[in-house]
Amino acid sequence: MTRKPVLSVEQIDKQFVLHTQNGAILDVLRGTSLAVSAVEIAALCGPSGAGKSSLLKAVYGTYRVNGGRILVRHGDDTIDVATAAPRTISALRRNTIGYVSQFLRVIPRVPALDIVADPAIEQGVTPDDARARAADLLRRLRIPDSLFKLSPSTFSGGEQQRVNIARAMAAPRPLMLFDEPTASLDPENRATVLQMIAGLRDSGTAVLGIFHDPADRKTLGARDIDMTTCGREETVHA
Amino acid sequence: MSIEPAGCRDSGYNFAYLNEQTKKMIRRALLKAVAIPGYQVPFASREMPMPYGWGTGGVQVTASILTPEDVLKVIDQGADDTTNAVSIRKFFRRTAGVATTEATAQATVIQTRHRIPERALGPDQILVYQVPIPEPLRFLEPRETETRKMHAFEDYGLMHVKLYEDISQHGHIATTYAYPVKVEGRYVMDPSPTPKFDNPKMDNCAALQLFGAGREKRIYALPPFTSVVSLDFEDHPFQVQAWEHPCELCGARDSYLDEVIIDDKGGRMFVCSDTDYCASRRMAASEAAE
Amino acid sequence: MTTPLLSVSSLNKRFGTTIACDDISFDLWPGEVLGIVGESGSGKTTLLRSIAGLIEPDSGEINYRATGGEVDVHLMSEPELRRLQRTEWAFVHQHPRDGLRLNVSAGANIGERLMANNWRHYADIRTEALKWLAAVEIDEARIDDLPRTFSGGMQQRLQIARNLVTSPRLVFMDEPTGGLDVSVQARLLDLIRSLVRDLGLSAIVVTHDLAVARLLSTRLMVMKDARVIEQGLTDQVLEDPQAAYSQLLVSSVLQV
Repeated sequence: MTRKPVLSVEQIDKQFVLHTQNGAILDVLRGTSLAVSAVEIAALCGPSGAGKSSLLKAVYGTYRVNGGRILVRHGDDTIDVATAAPRTISALRRNTIGYVSQFLRVIPRVPALDIVADPAIEQGVTPDDARARAADLLRRLRIPDSLFKLSPSTFSGGEQQRVNIARAMAAPRPLMLFDEPTASLDPENRATVLQMIAGLRDSGTAVLGIFHDPADRKTLGARDIDMTTCGREETVHA
Repeated sequence: MSIEPAGCRDSGYNFAYLNEQTKKMIRRALLKAVAIPGYQVPFASREMPMPYGWGTGGVQVTASILTPEDVLKVIDQGADDTTNAVSIRKFFRRTAGVATTEATAQATVIQTRHRIPERALGPDQILVYQVPIPEPLRFLEPRETETRKMHAFEDYGLMHVKLYEDISQHGHIATTYAYPVKVEGRYVMDPSPTPKFDNPKMDNCAALQLFGAGREKRIYALPPFTSVVSLDFEDHPFQVQAWEHPCELCGARDSYLDEVIIDDKGGRMFVCSDTDYCASRRMAASEAAE
Repeated sequence: MTTPLLSVSSLNKRFGTTIACDDISFDLWPGEVLGIVGESGSGKTTLLRSIAGLIEPDSGEINYRATGGEVDVHLMSEPELRRLQRTEWAFVHQHPRDGLRLNVSAGANIGERLMANNWRHYADIRTEALKWLAAVEIDEARIDDLPRTFSGGMQQRLQIARNLVTSPRLVFMDEPTGGLDVSVQARLLDLIRSLVRDLGLSAIVVTHDLAVARLLSTRLMVMKDARVIEQGLTDQVLEDPQAAYSQLLVSSVLQV
């Protein structure tokens, strides 16, 4: 069975020109290609500096690539993130691509519950339903109810990470990007998060992530993509 | 009540003090003002032989419209016998030699400060107001460049801000004089510091009403039978003052009353501010009694 | 397909020999918050004031899609422009004293735009003013106090209430949190952010503070020497700045 991939990265290059450091040039991605389909989890592998996070950011549209195409299925259309207008990328992020960064960007004074409910509200879910969904996710991730009304700025790193994951899960999109979602979690929460990600996949989502621990990748049954070979070598965890 | 007949004019002055060129200039401004009711027309106000604040604007308007056949009445706060009224009357007797009167009904030109006579004015009469500050928006927007634009663009939200402030501070519209009006649904106008009691008299008035502000160099006008509406809120409609007692001299219940202190023991009485109105009522009453 | 709410094309403005805006073009889409960042003197405030019709550019077009149809801001008659400025638009000044009437009460400051739009029912105006005081977190008991008795942060919140009371479609903000201390800033930013979202406003925010830009704007334009040297989504510009000056700007932010 051939399934048209949700994401096809074709021969992308990403170079940073550091004007503030005498124009030093950093090549972070060179000719990288990969594809991710619905109902699968792909894991980016490789040592630090192999461009894993950069690739996620390029797919999300944060990093503007110097060459190649990043094709994403957006409804009935296919959009090339590499050339899309900012407004198109905004629309993609609202309805098609979700991204869970390593760190939660806290907004002063906004309670955890609202931070989690926000993206769902932007998708058109009623605020009440979005908050109910957010509360449910936060409880599953063992955030005590007493913290819901507080701004996460005072939360621990692990708590912030869980709020961040809940925020993405509350508004699932067909392509979900995860940057080390389990990095600062205890075993119990790590298991819950992995369960949630597997659940996303089972409900038809294409997942692309960075999972440091091989055990996690095994649990998820992920397809490993080796970034040191520009995505050409793959291992599938049975 | 009597007319003091026209007398001999001091020939050292041009008729009514101002030279003819100046009068022409002021008449042109008056014509423009009549043509655009409520609009403030700039004019080249002259130095007058009296200080600003003593009615130099009104005096220039009166001087420009007087004819030798006119009968002039001058009132200050409704009274014919106060210093300001007496001296302006004397001024025109000397420089124009016109007849003067205290009787509202007999006057053809009435110059006033702070009141409109109680007796309804007729189509053959002209009321000239002395105006200190012609710009109703002045206290909220001090920039003249801006207030002129606000008038031009009918951008009058600010006028209601003042009334809003009144209600928020006093529970009702506490502005009792110089109460802003809208003329023919267009220009917002300051009726000069007359009590708001007089505002309804301006509306649809048979007489021509002319306003002169000497220091501010502005003239504006209400032609006869012009619509003049006092600004208000739907839930705080415009209301005139009312008194519990009638005038203690003539018994009038429909006139504007002044509080008069009658001794140094706190004694006081309320009497008509319009001295002619009060006197003619008393005379009529005594004639009826005879 | 929707159309932009505002289209600026080839806008130029000089002051004598100084060029303040050099051939600037961009679109603003409905619901978008556009941040304009750059150092002092880069022309960002002049750009904002030109778009808002407060100063006349030397050349260029500013097309705004008003509820009644598209208009060119600088071809409109002054009364039309003023009507736009007091109904569909709002301008939040850096200094509250430029945007408030300090000699009338807080309630009258909020009510002025309503009265200018022919509200003539005192109790209704009062109710609306109270609602907006609550929305900007000012104690309702202060409704009859003069703004001069307010703190800087409160004055700024009052200015925002005064501007938003007529539900404008487009809000211009010039350094809205400049001059406020950091904790007050955070509160104000959160307030602006939620009002913009809840009311579905479009906004153009001029700031030299990248943190403000990141929090409020969906898209950023970087200005230097009167030109737009870079633009893109906020995270694109802040995380992957391309131009040398943008990189310098981003790397100059103190991390805490």
